[in-house]
Amino acid sequence: MDCYTANWNPLGEETFYRKLELYSMEWGLREDLRDCVVAAAPYGGPIALLRNSRRDKIPGARPLLEIYSSSGLLLASVPWKSGRLVHLGWTAGEDLLCIQEDGTVLVYNLFCEFKRHFSMGNEVLQNHVLEAQVFHTEFGTGVAILTGALRFSLATNIDDLKLRRLPEVPGLQKPPPCWAVLSQDRVTMVLLAVGQELFLLDNTSCSVVSPPGLSPSAGPFLHMAVSFTHRHLALFSDSGTVWMGTASLKEKFCEFNTGIRSPPKQMVWCTRPRSRQRAVVLAWERQLMVVGNSSECIRYKQLTIEVLLDRLVLRRLYPLAIRICEFLRLPEIQGVSRILAHWACYKVQQKDKSDEEVAQAINQKLGDTAGISYSDIATRAYDCGRAELAIKLLEYEPRSGEQVPLLLKMKRSKLALGKAIESGDTDLVYTVVLHLKNELNRGTFFMTLQNQPVALSLYRQFCRHQERETLKDLYNQDDNHQELGNLHVQGGYCEQRIEGRVAALQNALDEFYKAKNDFAAKATEEQIKLLRLQRHLQEELDKPYLDLSLHDTVATLILDGHHKRAEQLYRDFRIPDKRYWWLKINALATRGDWEEMEKFSKSKKSPIGYLPFVEVAVKHHNRYEAKKYAPRVPPEQRVKAFVLVGDLEQAAEAAIERKNEAEMSLVLARCSAGTDGAVAEKLNRARAQLLKK
Amino acid sequence: MSPLDRIANVSILKQHDVDKLYKVETRPGPGASDQFCFLVRPRVRTMRFIADIVNADKMSGRSRKYKIIFSPQKFYACEMVLEEEGVFGDVTCDEWSFYLLPLDEDIISMELPEFFRDYFLEGDHRWINPIARALQLLNSLYGPFGKTYGIGRCAKMSYELWRDLEEENESEGQGRKPEIGHVFLTDRDMDYVTALCSQVVYEGIVDDTFRIKCGSVDFGPDVTSSDKSIKVLLNSQDKVFSQIRNEHFSSVFGLLSQKSRNLQAQYDRRRGMDIKQMKDFVSQELKGLKQEHRLLSLHIGACEFIMKKKTKQDFQETIKAEHSLLEGFDIRESTSFIEEHIDRQVRPWGCSLLQLTHPAPADPCSPQVSPIESLRLMCLLSITENGLIPKDYRSLKTQYLQSYGPEHLLTFHNLKRIGLLTEQSAGETLTAVESKVSKLVTDRAAGKITDAFNSLARKSNFRAISKKLGLIPRLDGEYDLKMPRDMAYVFGGAYMPLSCKIIEQVLERRGWQGLEEVVRLLNGNEFSASGSAGGLGALGLAAGTSYSALPYPDSTVEDNPAWESQRVVLAVFLGGCTFSEIAALRFLGKERGGKGKGRAQVGARGSWRCSQAVLSNQHQLSRGEGVSRHTAILGSGRGRGWECQCYPTALLGH
Repeated sequence: MDCYTANWNPLGEETFYRKLELYSMEWGLREDLRDCVVAAAPYGGPIALLRNSRRDKIPGARPLLEIYSSSGLLLASVPWKSGRLVHLGWTAGEDLLCIQEDGTVLVYNLFCEFKRHFSMGNEVLQNHVLEAQVFHTEFGTGVAILTGALRFSLATNIDDLKLRRLPEVPGLQKPPPCWAVLSQDRVTMVLLAVGQELFLLDNTSCSVVSPPGLSPSAGPFLHMAVSFTHRHLALFSDSGTVWMGTASLKEKFCEFNTGIRSPPKQMVWCTRPRSRQRAVVLAWERQLMVVGNSSECIRYKQLTIEVLLDRLVLRRLYPLAIRICEFLRLPEIQGVSRILAHWACYKVQQKDKSDEEVAQAINQKLGDTAGISYSDIATRAYDCGRAELAIKLLEYEPRSGEQVPLLLKMKRSKLALGKAIESGDTDLVYTVVLHLKNELNRGTFFMTLQNQPVALSLYRQFCRHQERETLKDLYNQDDNHQELGNLHVQGGYCEQRIEGRVAALQNALDEFYKAKNDFAAKATEEQIKLLRLQRHLQEELDKPYLDLSLHDTVATLILDGHHKRAEQLYRDFRIPDKRYWWLKINALATRGDWEEMEKFSKSKKSPIGYLPFVEVAVKHHNRYEAKKYAPRVPPEQRVKAFVLVGDLEQAAEAAIERKNEAEMSLVLARCSAGTDGAVAEKLNRARAQLLKK
Repeated sequence: MSPLDRIANVSILKQHDVDKLYKVETRPGPGASDQFCFLVRPRVRTMRFIADIVNADKMSGRSRKYKIIFSPQKFYACEMVLEEEGVFGDVTCDEWSFYLLPLDEDIISMELPEFFRDYFLEGDHRWINPIARALQLLNSLYGPFGKTYGIGRCAKMSYELWRDLEEENESEGQGRKPEIGHVFLTDRDMDYVTALCSQVVYEGIVDDTFRIKCGSVDFGPDVTSSDKSIKVLLNSQDKVFSQIRNEHFSSVFGLLSQKSRNLQAQYDRRRGMDIKQMKDFVSQELKGLKQEHRLLSLHIGACEFIMKKKTKQDFQETIKAEHSLLEGFDIRESTSFIEEHIDRQVRPWGCSLLQLTHPAPADPCSPQVSPIESLRLMCLLSITENGLIPKDYRSLKTQYLQSYGPEHLLTFHNLKRIGLLTEQSAGETLTAVESKVSKLVTDRAAGKITDAFNSLARKSNFRAISKKLGLIPRLDGEYDLKMPRDMAYVFGGAYMPLSCKIIEQVLERRGWQGLEEVVRLLNGNEFSASGSAGGLGALGLAAGTSYSALPYPDSTVEDNPAWESQRVVLAVFLGGCTFSEIAALRFLGKERGGKGKGRAQVGARGSWRCSQAVLSNQHQLSRGEGVSRHTAILGSGRGRGWECQCYPTALLGH
C-alpha cells in the first residue's frame, strides 16, 4: 500500500494531490523562455515561440519563429521577417496568430506556413499595440488589443472579422496592471483593474464593478485570471489575497491569503467541466501554489474523436488517422473518406507536381469512395491558384450539380449552366441564370439562354410573373413577334378602359403582321372593330356591351329588340348564316317574340332547316308556335318534329308515309295505351304490312 | 376538398392553435393574429401575394411573424421573388416534403394541378425533382421495385433522376421485401385522345359533371333534394359507390334499383322479429343500413341530375361524333357537328347570355361549360386526324372566337404549342424559336434533356397507333356493357384507352419487344429496367399526378411464393389520368388476376401504410410549429386534384 500513497500530499483536509513528471521536454532550449514570446495551444496542442525577440541585443539579427509539439519536438521553424511581434496565440483550429505592433495579425498553420493576414484597424495602426490577448468563446477565436492610447479594440471571431472599439476608461493614465476578456450571455467584454477599482467595458459603456465579499484590506489588484469557460474569475491583490468567484461577480467561492505580496508570474484556473471542485494555480519565480480544491484537469475528454482526428489531419498524419478510424470502426463517411479528402486537399497544394499527376494520384487513391466530394477538392485547388487542376478534378465529380458552384466561382458560367441543366435541379439552373444575368451584358445573356431551352423556359416562367418587360425584351431579341403579339393581347385584357385596350390590341396587330400570322392579325382587327362598336353601343343604349363576344353582342341586341343593329353586325362581321339563324331564333324565343320569329322564318329559306324552330319553341314550352313549323320540316326529320310537338297522329302518318320501321317504332314508344290507342293500332298495322313485304 | 382537408381538417388545426384559416388570395383583416403561417405551393404568384401582405403590414407599422411552409419543396425562384419584393428578411421558410396523398385503396395522387401546364406547355422542368422524390418515397415504403417500364420524356427524366437519388443515399427500402412488382411510368402526352373523350363510367361521369376533388365530391341541392350541399367521400369504403364506380353509366340505374330492393329486403326482416332479435338488429345493423340508404339516395339523385343534363346537351350526339372521330369515319359530318356545337354555343342551361340579361339558374359546379366542351371536341378532331385541314383550322377557330371571345386567341396559341390543336402540315408555320427548338428536339446529340419542349416536333399518329394496337374493337353484334369483354367498355365498347393498352402490352410482353413500331409512332423515349425480381404483375399512379394500383399476375410465376407481391403494378401517369383509365386498369387487374382474392388486399395494405407515412409527416409538421397562436393561410385552394378530362382548361388564355 505504501507505494500507492507515498507521493500523495494533503491539500486541506479531504483532498490529496501528487506530482509526477509525465514526460520531459525534448527541446534543448538555450535561451530563457523569459526572453521569448511563447504561446501554447489548448488541449495539449503545439507550442510556438519566437526567439531573440526581447533581447534585441544583436541588431539586424532575425528572430526565429519555432513551433514545437507539446512534448517539445520541433515541428517547423521559420525566420521572422515581418514587423515587431507583440503577442502569439493559437486559434481553436490550431492556427497560430502573430500579433504585430502595428495591429496586423498574421496567421500561420502549425507547419509555419503563412495562411493569411488581417488588420485590427486604423486606430490600432496609429497608436500601436501595447498588449494583446487571444481568447476563445462559443463564436470562435477572438483577439483583444490594448493600444498605446489606452483604448481597447477587439474582434470576437477572426473568421468573421468585425472590429469593435470599446469605450474609453475614465481617468486611465497608464496601462492597467491587469485585464482579461470575459464572455457572458453572448457578449464579449473586457474587465480591467485600475488600482483598487475594477472596470467592466462592454460595447457602449464602462461601469465600475466590485467583487462580492472582498475583504476591505485587499488593496490594489495585480493579477486576474478567467477560466477557459469564462465562468470563473480569480483576482490577486497586493495584500497577497486571492479572491475566487464567478465571472459575473455575483458569487464568491473563497478568499485565501497566500502571504506573498509580489504579483505571481502566472495565475490560471484548473477546473473540470461540471465539477464543483475548482482551483487556481499561482506561479512565482520559485514557488507554485494551488488554491482551492485541487483537481486534475482531464482535457482530452472534452476533445471529441472528430477533433482528435482533425488534429492528426492537421499534422498530416493521414495514415495514422486512417488506422484510428479503422480501429474505431467509424463509418466511412465520417472516417476514412473525410481523411482521404483532407489528404487530397493537401495534395493539390503540392506545387512541384504537374496537374495531370496530381489529378491522377488523387483519383487513384480516392476512386469513387462514398462521401468524397471531388468538387470540394477542386475548390481547394482553385483557391491555390490551380484552375486547370480544378477543372480536371471536377471531371471526376459524378454529381453534375456539385460542380456548379465552383464553375461559377471560376467564371465558367456557361459550362456551369450546362452542368446545372444536366443535374435536373431547376433551382441550380435558376442560380446560374441569375449569375449570368449579372455577369453578362443583356444581349449576350439572352443569346446564351437561346441555346439552352430548359434554362430559357425557366427564366421565361419567372419573367412572366415578375418581369414582364424583360419577357418582351427576350422575345424582341429573337424576333418572336407571335409571342410579343400574345403579350400585348394579354396586357390588353388588364386594361379597364376601352381606349387602352384598343391601343394594346393595335400593338398586337402590328406584331401579328410581322409574325405573318394572318389569322391572328385578322381576328385582332375584327376585335378592335368590335370594341369600337361596343363603345358606341354602350354610349347609345346605356348598357354594358364590353367583354361580350360577337355572338353575345348580337344576341343581346336581339334580346333587347334592336333587330336592325343586329342585322348590321351580322353583315359587317360576316357572321355565317347558320350561326346567325341559330342565334336569332334562340334569342327571339327567349324574348318570347314569336311574331318576329315567324316573320324571320319567312324572310328567306332557313339555312338550318325548320326543325330548330320546332325545338326552340318546344324548349320554351310553346307547343302552339312549335306546331306552326312542323309541316315545314323536311320529310326525313318530320317524324321527329311531330313527336316533339306532341302530335302523334301526324307523326304516325309521316312515318307510315315514309315506310320507315325505325320511325314507326319511335312513335309507338311514345304512345300511351289509354289515349293513343287508335294511333298505335294504325302504326302496328302499317308495320306488320311493311314486314310482310 | 383540398389535400390539406384530407390530412388535417380545421378542427385539428385549431387544436394546434391555428386561429383562423384564410386562402392566400384573400387578405386577412388587419386585426388578425400576431403570427402568419403560409402553407403554400412554391408558386411565384403566391409569393407576390405574401409579399404584398408583409409590405402592407410594414407600411401600417404592424409587426408580425411570418412563416412560409413550402410543399412539397422550396424553389429558388420563390426566394428570389421574396428578395426582390424586399421581404426576404421578414419571413422564415420551411419545407414540408409532402409528396403523396393516398386517395383510395388503389389510388395515390401527388395533387399537383399545375404540373401539366408547367411541364407540357411551358417546358418547365421543376416538378421532375418532386416526382423523383415521390418515387423514392414509394421505393422506401414498399421495398425495391421489381421492374420499371416507361415511355415519355418526363417519365424518362424522372426515372433517371430517381435512380441518381437512390444511388446517392442508399435507401432504407433496399433490404425490404418488395411489395410492388412493376412500375410503369407514362407521360400524359403519350395519350391525349383518351383524356379528351367523354367519360361514361360512373366515376368518370361524376367527375365530368360535379368534379371530384381530392377523392371527394360536392353534391348540390339538385342532387340532395334539400337546400344543402353535401360533401361525399368517394372511395371503396362507400359500399354503394364501390359497386357502381367502374360500371358503364347505362348499367348504373339497374344496379342501383337492385341495391335498393336488397336494402328494402333487409329492412323488411324486422317483421316477425322477437324483442331480442330486434334489439340485435337495431344495435348491429340498423346504422349500416341507414348509412347505405343515405348513400343510395344520393347516388340516385346524382344519376338523375346527370341524365337530365346529358339530355339537354345532346349527349348521345356528342358521343356519336366522338366515336366517329375515334374510328375515322364520317369526318366531314363530325366536323359539321363540332361547328354547329360552337355556333349554337351549346351551354348546359341555355346560355350564359341568359345569365347576363335574365337571372337564370347557374351551374357553378360543372366543369363542362360549353367553351371547354367545344374545345375538347376540336382537339379530339385535331389529334385523331393529325391536325385539322387548313380550311377547317381557320373556320373553326374563327367561329370559336365569335362565340366565346377573342381572348381565346391565346388559348389557341397554347393548344398549338402543346400539339392539341394543330394544322395539318404545320411544319412551315413554326416561328423562329419553335423551329430552332424542334431542331434541338430531333438532334439526339444535344443530350438527354437539353430540349424543353417535346410536343412541337411530334405528330400524334393516332390512327396508325390505333390500328397497330387494335384499339377499336371489331363489332360482332351488340357490345354487352354489363359483361364487358375488354377495356373498351369504359368508352361504350367503342375504344380501348391507348394508355392502358400500352401498359397491358408491355406487361404481357415483359418489355417493348414487338412494339417497336408503336414506340416509333409515339416518338420513342421508352425504357425498361429490371431490378432484382423478375415476373410480371398491375396498380395505377397519376401526376396531376396520381397513382392507382391494380394486380396483374403472370401465369409462369404463379407458383412462386413471392408471386403475391409481384402482382402489384404501379402505373404512374405524369400529367394526370382519367377515371376511365383507372376503371380500365381495374378491369385489367380483375381479368388478369383471375381467381386472385388476395390481390385487393395487397393494394389495400399498401395504401394504408402509405397513408400512415403521410400522417406521421403531418404530425411532425404540427409539432414543429405548434408554437403559439398563429394564422394559417392556405395555398390557393383551387386545389383541383384531377386535371384530367379538361386539359383545355389548363391552357385557356391569360
